[in-house]
Amino acid sequence: MVQICTMIPVAKEVGSLRAMGSGGIVSPTGNPELTPEKEKEFRRDLVLRALQILKEDVRE
Amino acid sequence: MTEKIRVVHYLNQFFAQVGGEEKADIGPGFKEGPTGPGRALQQALAEHGEVIATLFCGDNYFAEHAEEATEELLRQMARCKAHLLIAGPAFESGRYGVACGAICQAAHERLGIHAVAGMDEENAGAALYRKNVYIINSGDSVVRMLPALQRMVILGIKLVQGAPLGRPAEEGHIPRGIKRNAFAAKPPAERAVDMLLAKIRGEPFKSEIAAPQFHHIKPAAALRDLSSAVIALVTDGGLVPEGNPERMEPGRPTRFTTIPVEGLDRLDPKQFDIVHSGYDTAFANQDPHRLVPLDIMRELEQQGIIGKLHESIHATGGAHAAVENATRIGQGIAERLKSAGVTGVILTST
Repeated sequence: MVQICTMIPVAKEVGSLRAMGSGGIVSPTGNPELTPEKEKEFRRDLVLRALQILKEDVRE
Repeated sequence: MTEKIRVVHYLNQFFAQVGGEEKADIGPGFKEGPTGPGRALQQALAEHGEVIATLFCGDNYFAEHAEEATEELLRQMARCKAHLLIAGPAFESGRYGVACGAICQAAHERLGIHAVAGMDEENAGAALYRKNVYIINSGDSVVRMLPALQRMVILGIKLVQGAPLGRPAEEGHIPRGIKRNAFAAKPPAERAVDMLLAKIRGEPFKSEIAAPQFHHIKPAAALRDLSSAVIALVTDGGLVPEGNPERMEPGRPTRFTTIPVEGLDRLDPKQFDIVHSGYDTAFANQDPHRLVPLDIMRELEQQGIIGKLHESIHATGGAHAAVENATRIGQGIAERLKSAGVTGVILTST
């Protein structure tokens, strides 16, 4: 599991080992300030990075 | 002279001197007076009380027939007109510890009998019953039988007499998580500065807030091949179908919802709502993909970058979630996903 979230220290504290930064509290996989096209690109990039993290081992 | 406290003592088959593991199937039983460690219990009680009876049950029997065993043991306790139940100590024995916790909770809730159990803080029974039962932390070694029983008796007598209790650490019991108001000699600012100074000097200090403890999690193995992976989307940001038909809680969640998305290319804002009391949901309500990236995942599936997008989204509203409930919700979702053959998960959190 990879977690896209804002409060990464909290995620790590509760044992979420693959955590990455999001687009913000109110829009984890978006950014309302962008145009719809740019926002979708932004989301695609986030999701691809998340999938990449799933492919990597976690260093303990 | 005050009346002597009538005490019943609960033991497993081993400590009740019935037999070892080969007798673990034995049902509930009763002996007059103290048995085995009950003699040390009587010694600790001294003139304050009397061990009227010993109740016992085989570890396996209790584990497999908890209800019947509890009913029978409660009947015996009521018959003895007990004031106080002392259970164990069970040290690190899990089945025994769980039985001690269960019987103490039942005795207190159903018969109004005060109850104190004893077991190691790592015993599974402690995790299950510490909130509802006074459990003296006996440690894991039988060598500590006598001091454990002594602390169980001191606490038990206080409970029967209605005497005020000190903090869990003073009484030696596992914290039940109960908060009580108390007067402190110094105001909070001074106490905080004292703590900070002690910390800077490298001296011991004790926080007044018990931080929740989290267990070590073993990382899942990496996915070798995305093109054959089945990926599921999960969120704690409160996605629900329009109108929230399951009445999902906006905060302090106790459950999760399962939203079928098979064949959906996008999450239509008219068909979905966000129910969450912990953040401004306006942006995600405008476009649910800001919370759950279904649109992108569907495209990646069609492009063959991932094998398959799982047929459902699992969602809960994670505001003010109690760790215990959150753990249960997470385990519930994980079980569903595992049995459905999901190999990877993207969890989006607000």
